[in-house]
Amino acid sequence: MTVNESPTNKIDVSCRVPLLVLFGGAALWLVVGSLLALLASLTFHMPDKFGDCPWGTYGHLQPAADDALLYGFCIPAGLGVVLWIFARLGQTPLRSALVPVIAAHLWHVGVLVGLVGIFVGDSTGFAWLEFPRGGSALLFFAYLLIGLWALMNFSGRRDGGMFPSHWFLVAALFLFPWIYSTANILIVGWPVRGVVQAVITWWFGNNLVFVWTSLVGLGTAFYFLPKFSGRPLQTYFYALFAFWTLLLFGSMRGVPAGAPVPAWLPVLSSLSSLLLIVPVLAVAIIGWKTVVGAAGEKCRGGSFCMIKFGFVAFVLSALLLIAQSCPVIGRLTQFTWFGTAQTQLQLYGFFAITMFGAIYHILPRAVGIEFAFPKLIRVQHWLAMLGIFILVASLAVGGVEQGMKLNDPAVAFGDSTKAMLMFLRVSTTGLLLILLANLLFALNIFVMILAWKWSLAKTVFAFVISPLNKTEVKA
Amino acid sequence: MKNGFVIFLAAFAVLLTSWSAFVLGPQLQLGGAKQVPVLNSTEVYPRSRPGEANQGLQVYRANGCAACHTEQVQQDGVACDVVLSSAGKNPSAVSNLLATLNLRGLNQEEAHAASDKITAAGGKVETHIVAVGPDIARGWGLRRSVAEDFLYDNTVQLGSLRIGPDLAGVGARSPNANVVLQHLYAPKSVEKDSLMPPFRYLFEVRKIVGGEFSPDALNLPKEFAPADGYEVMPKPEAKELVAYLLSLHADVPLYDAPFTPIIAAKP
Repeated sequence: MTVNESPTNKIDVSCRVPLLVLFGGAALWLVVGSLLALLASLTFHMPDKFGDCPWGTYGHLQPAADDALLYGFCIPAGLGVVLWIFARLGQTPLRSALVPVIAAHLWHVGVLVGLVGIFVGDSTGFAWLEFPRGGSALLFFAYLLIGLWALMNFSGRRDGGMFPSHWFLVAALFLFPWIYSTANILIVGWPVRGVVQAVITWWFGNNLVFVWTSLVGLGTAFYFLPKFSGRPLQTYFYALFAFWTLLLFGSMRGVPAGAPVPAWLPVLSSLSSLLLIVPVLAVAIIGWKTVVGAAGEKCRGGSFCMIKFGFVAFVLSALLLIAQSCPVIGRLTQFTWFGTAQTQLQLYGFFAITMFGAIYHILPRAVGIEFAFPKLIRVQHWLAMLGIFILVASLAVGGVEQGMKLNDPAVAFGDSTKAMLMFLRVSTTGLLLILLANLLFALNIFVMILAWKWSLAKTVFAFVISPLNKTEVKA
Repeated sequence: MKNGFVIFLAAFAVLLTSWSAFVLGPQLQLGGAKQVPVLNSTEVYPRSRPGEANQGLQVYRANGCAACHTEQVQQDGVACDVVLSSAGKNPSAVSNLLATLNLRGLNQEEAHAASDKITAAGGKVETHIVAVGPDIARGWGLRRSVAEDFLYDNTVQLGSLRIGPDLAGVGARSPNANVVLQHLYAPKSVEKDSLMPPFRYLFEVRKIVGGEFSPDALNLPKEFAPADGYEVMPKPEAKELVAYLLSLHADVPLYDAPFTPIIAAKP
């Protein structure tokens, strides 16, 4: 290990153990999630094979795969990146790192409890909130602890200034405990009556899957893009504008048109969704002006490429979201795979790939060890890009086809599912590529953790066998 | 925006607005909802489901059925159907007239015009209001799903993806418990191209005792039946699930979603 006592290095090292725990567990859940997603997709190609055990049905596999991606990978990866960015931007080392380390372990245990709960039939039955109470409670407290530590570090920042990344990440830190406690208390703990449950589920799902990931992903991109391109964020005021409009319009949506609820809810949702075009355009302009033509690093299949790809995926994902909330298109795409395509683009294409880029940049600095297989990073990036493209394109096009057949009563319902089969086969290929990409990512992370543990063991060993100093002997 | 506290306060205000609109608002409007009268009837709606069906809802939840099935019928609007109730004294003139008229899917003025013509020819008509839309045309329901349909459900399972058909009215269109059980055990024995996984773990294959099928055993086509001397018995979960599915028939007219017959024919 290199011993470098510069202040930046001290900051990186202060985050080391929490980041290793957060990212290591995240890499594990990422692989588990993509494996489950692949199995879920296979149930369509051989429905007969999965009938003898409850955990093999689509209704168990799919929610488990979704939650493993969101709670297992996205949130802990995001929290780790937030901890590091706060420490770096504030020029303040993370103090008492033991607390976030314990919290990160709690988080991963919570995900395990939740996933097991889904498979034994304890799912709450609400989308994105399937984890039973025990798992949710662990997640909630773990998040509170990590979030609190990030905020303490933030408030102790050296020059007291705030960067655009700060706004996005601070808002995201507040958002999760609020929506997670509301949803768990009002629809799992002490359930409200009737369709209010459904409205709260939609509100929660949108705020977590769209708003939270957008805030963290964009906050991360706004930190790294200027760093890599060598040009300051263009501009501060666009970013300010994008932040407020995204928060305002993004959080005021989620109820689909045609839902069996009072009409003002879907109308308000559609309206806010259409207005989302404003922050999306602002974000696109920021990205364009910051990156294109800048004289900084060239993209060579590493962190910079991933974060750029994630940025483009965000714009596309938000445009798909706006499209399906527009009543005319929404009528065609409702109840089809189109919605799944958008969610996957948001969670994997945008958020996960942005996190890959950030983690590949952060981890070698925090641990002080280079990745064992640097060439695989580039392979992983290509596999992930190709996989998510195939997955999203097949499901989105298939979803439109399915929607046209669903909306024509002359076409038998069975034909609408049969027409999807070809697209589902293609999407399974996409999921396979994503699984491979995730395995490569996990390989690099796990080897780094092992290397770190090995060097730790060596240090301890060297300390034990080293001869005592003369001064100590005298004493 | 140099101050963290300012950003916290402003973000708090935005999220409070969102929370008020999507959590507090619906709860104030619907949280105290009560049964509503059925149109043109002294009945109230909904009745709570029988106990077995309520347990079936928990089986539905635990198995993630909502991953593939929705429970929300959609409707584009309403239309009028003009229905002849009596041909009157001159049936041949009325039937000649009927052959020239379009009597289904009319708007209100067209319906009035058509019923005026028939009345003038001596027939008597009724005007029926019907819901229209692809879901209605598929026979998935008589009207759109409304909040009242889910008043007593916990947990509400609206679903968002139609890999399988909508189930809001499955109890009305497939009222035979044995067929539904068979569908759960061997979907392909009911729908040839079904993508539904067989839920065999909700059933028990056991040896026939005393040489005769139990009354509850499934009556399966040969290729799906177990080996000779064995029979397929539904476990309690399967029976509860079917009781729940059969309890799904949102088929009464309500003030929010009216249909047949609410406008009496003009005298």
